Amino acid sequence: MEGDLAHIGAGLAAIGSGAAAIGVGNVAGNFLSGALRNPSAAAGQTATLFIGIAFAEALGIFAFLVSLLLMFAV
Amino acid sequence: MATDTTAAVGSCVDAGGSAIGMPQLCFEWFPNQIFWLVVTLVVIFLVLSRVALPRIGAILAERQGTITNDIAAAEDLKARAAEAEKAYDKALADARAEAQRIAAETRAEIQAGLDDAIAKADAEIAAKSAESEKAIAEIRAGALESIEAVAKDTTGDIVTALGGKADADAVTAAVDSRMKG
Amino acid sequence: MAGQAETAADGAEKGGLVFHPMDQFIVKPLFGGDTIAWYTLTNVTLWLALAVLAVVALLVLGTSKRAIVPGRSQSIAELAYGFIYKMVEDICGKEGLKYFPYIMTLFMFIVSANFLGLIPTAFTTTSHFAVTVVLALAVFLTVTILGFVKNGTAFLGLFWVSSAPLALRPILAVIELISYFVRPVSHSIRLAGNLMAGHAVIKVFAGFAAVAVISPVSVLAITAMFGLEVLVSFIQAYVFTILTCVYLKDALHPSH
Repeated sequence: MEGDLAHIGAGLAAIGSGAAAIGVGNVAGNFLSGALRNPSAAAGQTATLFIGIAFAEALGIFAFLVSLLLMFAV
Repeated sequence: MATDTTAAVGSCVDAGGSAIGMPQLCFEWFPNQIFWLVVTLVVIFLVLSRVALPRIGAILAERQGTITNDIAAAEDLKARAAEAEKAYDKALADARAEAQRIAAETRAEIQAGLDDAIAKADAEIAAKSAESEKAIAEIRAGALESIEAVAKDTTGDIVTALGGKADADAVTAAVDSRMKG
Repeated sequence: MAGQAETAADGAEKGGLVFHPMDQFIVKPLFGGDTIAWYTLTNVTLWLALAVLAVVALLVLGTSKRAIVPGRSQSIAELAYGFIYKMVEDICGKEGLKYFPYIMTLFMFIVSANFLGLIPTAFTTTSHFAVTVVLALAVFLTVTILGFVKNGTAFLGLFWVSSAPLALRPILAVIELISYFVRPVSHSIRLAGNLMAGHAVIKVFAGFAAVAVISPVSVLAITAMFGLEVLVSFIQAYVFTILTCVYLKDALHPSH
């Protein structure tokens, strides 16, 4: 196989996407369990849900970016 | 800003037309992208703030106004309907009372007429029955006298037929005693 | 970029399967020529112009009838207006409504650029860092300047968490300061990264379609990814807008 250490690093950095997936799942799952306990309060909190998901996902996107940089730019 | 913008396309794209590295990180293209992005944003902002947003806001406000007016009109109509219903109920109650009054009056009138008629009829019946009783008594008296006469005559005739001599006074006495007996 | 020339040479020639997932992001001049100056008409210009046209068609032409009972395009325009208006009002309060046209501009541009980028062979302008960084920096600078103009030095109270124990406050202040300056970075990279990732993944699946045996799977995967991308396009525009509102709220009411 061709490739170098940068490609291995890119693959390792991609693990971060999985971590972000765990984070996003955590946020959404906790929101859902809270929403099922008190459905009347859920509608007002969807904005907070999306903000939380966005923050959790941003870090996954950072990992993805590092991976891309290693693949293409370094 | 525009110092290094004239570099060749080839420094980010290879001979085959494929990207060298990430196209997102090709700094030669940044001035172009940023310039056109700013133009785009300014155009969208001007269009939105001058034309679109005031118009949509006006449409929404107008619709809100229409809805509020319609609701007010509906309230008004409802109040008027309630008033009309009240008036109708009042008229109905009045009419019912009037009808009851008329019925009571009529009933009283009829009762009075009836009482009169009954009294008159009673008087007439009483007079007629008294007259009839008198007639009956006369007839009875007449009938008794006739029976006496017929009995005397018949007794005289029977006595004569038996060969006796009819003594008028004896016959009368016999019949009278028999009739009383 | 130092190592670009070497890495580009390999990767391209690998026999049967050749992936060029990043080629769709190349900026090209529209009318030939091989230089891209800041004024050159490129595919960026074309798709940005189409985004402007889409916004104008929806919000201006769609509402030209001013109907009390709205038609289809007018309903969508009113829905978008109400959606952003309510978001600004809920998050920033009444005094934030002054900035509603700016936020509406951001949202309409991002959402139409995202959706236009989903058209096959289209160029996705919002997948470029140059575009999203400008958007995020504009928000960041506006919000920071606005915060200082509105609140003066009281704006620094944003970093001084007065509800925390006194010993912890300097540490928290450092953390808050870092997170404040990371805002434009995450704000811009989230949008560009999501779109770039989605489009690149679709392109990779499209590369697999060249092999006859797995092409049905590949087509199915592309369809599924496309559906996801439609969702992502809207959600990322929504997230960008709502984060702008949150940052604006921090500038208007800096107290924690």
